[in-house]
Amino acid sequence: MPHIAHANPEIQRPVSNIFIVLSVAVALFLNGLPWEGIWLMLRPDFVALVMLYWCVHKPLRIGIGLTWAVGILADVADASLFGQHALAYTLLAFGGVMLHHRLQMFDLRQQTTQVFGIFAVTYAAYVLVHWQVNGYVVWPYFLGCLTSTLLWAPLSTVLQTARQVRVSHPAKR
Amino acid sequence: MNRPYPLTIKMDNTQSFRFFNRGPSPVVRLVFFVVLSLLLMFVDTRYRYLESTRSVLSVLVSPIQRLATMPSILLQQAGSFFVTQQDLVNENKSLHQQHERDAAELSQQQSLQQENLHLRNLLALQQRNEFSAKFAEIIYAERDVFKRRVLINKGADANILAGQVVMDDVGIIGQITRVYPWLSEVTLITEKDHAVPVQVLRNGLRTVVFGAGDTSHLSLRYMPVSSDIQNGDELVTSGIDGVYPQGIPVARVEKIERDAAYPFARITCLPVAGVDKHRHLLILSALPKLPERPAEERAATDTGKGSKGKAKKLGAP
Repeated sequence: MPHIAHANPEIQRPVSNIFIVLSVAVALFLNGLPWEGIWLMLRPDFVALVMLYWCVHKPLRIGIGLTWAVGILADVADASLFGQHALAYTLLAFGGVMLHHRLQMFDLRQQTTQVFGIFAVTYAAYVLVHWQVNGYVVWPYFLGCLTSTLLWAPLSTVLQTARQVRVSHPAKR
Repeated sequence: MNRPYPLTIKMDNTQSFRFFNRGPSPVVRLVFFVVLSLLLMFVDTRYRYLESTRSVLSVLVSPIQRLATMPSILLQQAGSFFVTQQDLVNENKSLHQQHERDAAELSQQQSLQQENLHLRNLLALQQRNEFSAKFAEIIYAERDVFKRRVLINKGADANILAGQVVMDDVGIIGQITRVYPWLSEVTLITEKDHAVPVQVLRNGLRTVVFGAGDTSHLSLRYMPVSSDIQNGDELVTSGIDGVYPQGIPVARVEKIERDAAYPFARITCLPVAGVDKHRHLLILSALPKLPERPAEERAATDTGKGSKGKAKKLGAP
């Protein structure tokens, strides 16, 4: 019975590392779909959403360092400046880790307003770097911040249910 | 209403038990990683040290990206499966007609080329270089709102070099700016501030066309209000930069605003090539050879060689 030995009373629902890696890979995949034109402007940043979810719900395992590393991968995927996504995601993870007590207590509607602030800071950091390097700002880029915020509640629900399925499954065995 | 407050204290207590294995505080980590990111960005903008790291990490990421392009490719294949035979016959017919027209023009062009060669020999002028082309396919457009770049399916394995010119069957599309092991990145001519030296086909006026960035337009800057340029003028590459071969169509003038208050006219152009349309591209592999620069000029420009020297190097490989 390996799952009993693995079960830790301090962690209510154990989340396997594979599940976390898989969720990040799926987020990179969704970011990588061929978005174009206005859809690219409206595209939510799935990687940021997933990383924020893990920072809020598992702040002791997924922290600022790992989010920074995922940011570097996002930089390679988007061919942006090395460290541009990483910087934005560092701020995102910091917001998530600092606010995780509060966010875990709120319901989804209250969480959404808090999460909007975190995303706004993240997007602003990204745009600020771009403005410093290239000298111009594309304002519609901030639309992605709104769609990401709107997607927070659905994504939290999906990941929450996925985690429950994963936990209940070995218990049945 | 009172419930959340005691709960936070309780959670804080459990947190303080874990304090030993938590390492440095979030603020310390935040500062560390922000400084690290800023350092990386500084190195990446100033120097080219990180390109190899990038290509190593791209091995990790590119499978996911390739997977992400699968749905659209499958959709296309499903679409091509349901093409009627009538459509194919019609397309075949039009292609045959096109081919015959092109063959006639080609034979004419060959005789002209021969004549040109002969005349140039007589005048002892430098011969024009021929260039060969490689086929490539766009894998995906870069998903960055700020950029106009695409990634193609040929990389260092197919001897692609940064600086090579990319075109479709009609005109210039862009230039290769970064080479990965199996991919390379093409910056389109519509990228903001991307410059192509051109000349007006009608009267040979030389100028430089710039990308507008946010739209798929191009613009001619620094053209005096009095300059001889009209709507519908074709712009072709001038070939004096040593990067782009001569005489390839680039853009057509779309709109001219002449305002006496400004010294320069505002000229908007549309690219001739299907910059945002096609999937199949041609990479021109042999770049035109320019004669060596005079020695004293090189000594003078030696200081700025890091950035400017690239075009020169590519011009005379």
